Amino acid sequence: METGFLSAFWFIIVAAVTVPLMLLVGALLRPKSRVVGASHDSYECGEKPIGSAWIKFNIRFYIVAIVFIIFDVEMVAIFPPATMYRTAIQQGNVGIVFAEIFVFVGLLLAGLAYCWVRGDLEWVKGVYQTNRRK
Amino acid sequence: MAETAYFAHSLQTWLGGGPLWIWGAVSAVVVIFGLALPFGGLATYAERKIAADIQDRVGPNRVGPFGILQFLADAVKMLAKEDFIPRGGDHFLFNIAPVFVVVGACATFAVLPLSKYLLGADLNIGVLYVLAISTLVSPGLLLGSWASENKWSLLGGLRAAAQIVSYEIPVALCILPIILISGTLQIGTIVELQGWNLALEGAKSPHFWNLFHNPFTLVSGFILFIAGLAETNRIPFDLPEAESELVSGFNTEFSGMRFGLFALGEFCEVFVMCAMVTALYLGGWHIPFLDIESFGVTLPTLLVALIQLTMFMIKTLLLVFVVMWLRWTLPRLRVDQLMSLCWKGLVPICLFNVLGTAVWLWVFHGRSLAQLIFQGGGH
Repeated sequence: METGFLSAFWFIIVAAVTVPLMLLVGALLRPKSRVVGASHDSYECGEKPIGSAWIKFNIRFYIVAIVFIIFDVEMVAIFPPATMYRTAIQQGNVGIVFAEIFVFVGLLLAGLAYCWVRGDLEWVKGVYQTNRRK
Repeated sequence: MAETAYFAHSLQTWLGGGPLWIWGAVSAVVVIFGLALPFGGLATYAERKIAADIQDRVGPNRVGPFGILQFLADAVKMLAKEDFIPRGGDHFLFNIAPVFVVVGACATFAVLPLSKYLLGADLNIGVLYVLAISTLVSPGLLLGSWASENKWSLLGGLRAAAQIVSYEIPVALCILPIILISGTLQIGTIVELQGWNLALEGAKSPHFWNLFHNPFTLVSGFILFIAGLAETNRIPFDLPEAESELVSGFNTEFSGMRFGLFALGEFCEVFVMCAMVTALYLGGWHIPFLDIESFGVTLPTLLVALIQLTMFMIKTLLLVFVVMWLRWTLPRLRVDQLMSLCWKGLVPICLFNVLGTAVWLWVFHGRSLAQLIFQGGGH
């Protein structure tokens, strides 16, 4: 099995090396570029950029990011019983494994319902919803 | 699964000797430079040609026969373009962003079961490997957009992060029924179990494509494809790029070869997505209604490998065609529609599918619909 992981590791290495390699080939091929006036400003439809783009940005969806983390961790927990399920059927003790899967999926569903009712799944959380919760 | 040899093993046997790790490296180079990158190049040509056909235009037809060498011309053009980094941007993050995207797209080729004998590596956690590595694309897009110091990029990058992260959940939940059915995370084994070999009783427990295993997998197969479209930022889910509203979204400031690498990564991702749908739901390298290894005639391994490779590529490329077809068929979703489709539509259906598949397997003792029809319900 170590061979498999070694091969997979090589894939990552080769893919990562590809990028600088291509950029290097490009650097050897192309003519030297010059910076003229505003030519290296960031693009803002031809106007001079107004202010920085590195602003405090209201990420509406950060709660969904948290929901995602919870879902993903639950997913890690649900994969092992799922992998065991077939063996459990053949051995005849499927009930306990099914119960485990059911509990996990039930927890996920309950959590999803909670976020849904709270309005965290809305992209734009209106004043109406914020006020209603008080 | 002793018979499922890695690509590295096959190379070692066919070309003779040498330590295995060298052949592992060779196989990585062969698959990435021989399959992933040429596919990315040809896909740009295919996309333009298909777009032209759908819109009743001619499309690229100058470079080579039918314009098929267009992608080489494009590559030369991109290599010769100015290497542009915006003045105010973060150079380190700007440089490292394409690496994430290309690794996330190309390293997943390691576990794609091109044939029973052509696998980069049949990891015992193959499915999780694909999920984990392909997620690397999302930090790549986020870093690239942030490092550009461009407002369009910022909006595109944040959309990309929210979208890819959200649709990760339906993708994982659509893979779960397959895990329940197959009882393994090895993609090679999952494909092998989908053969049309109903006569064979016993340990292998064969059935037909997982898509037709039961009604729940039929639904989740389609959801996997839809969520995969969103994961790869394809229309109708191309909000991070959205050229008509965000200029070019997260890659507004990426030009020349850097843009080329992003595009290449995206097309490789599309291939990986379609290949995963093929492997998990559409029987991978199996020929429908046929089991070439039960003919009684022992075909040479290389021939079997080539037949299976052809079959796998036909299925995958058909899906890729559907992806490109959809681009000229469906309008783009709005951001809130995108999110509610995922969290209020796909995720509850997927959770229901997981439970449904579990109940089905319990009630019918692990049998598929095809087995119930052709073998009866008895144990």
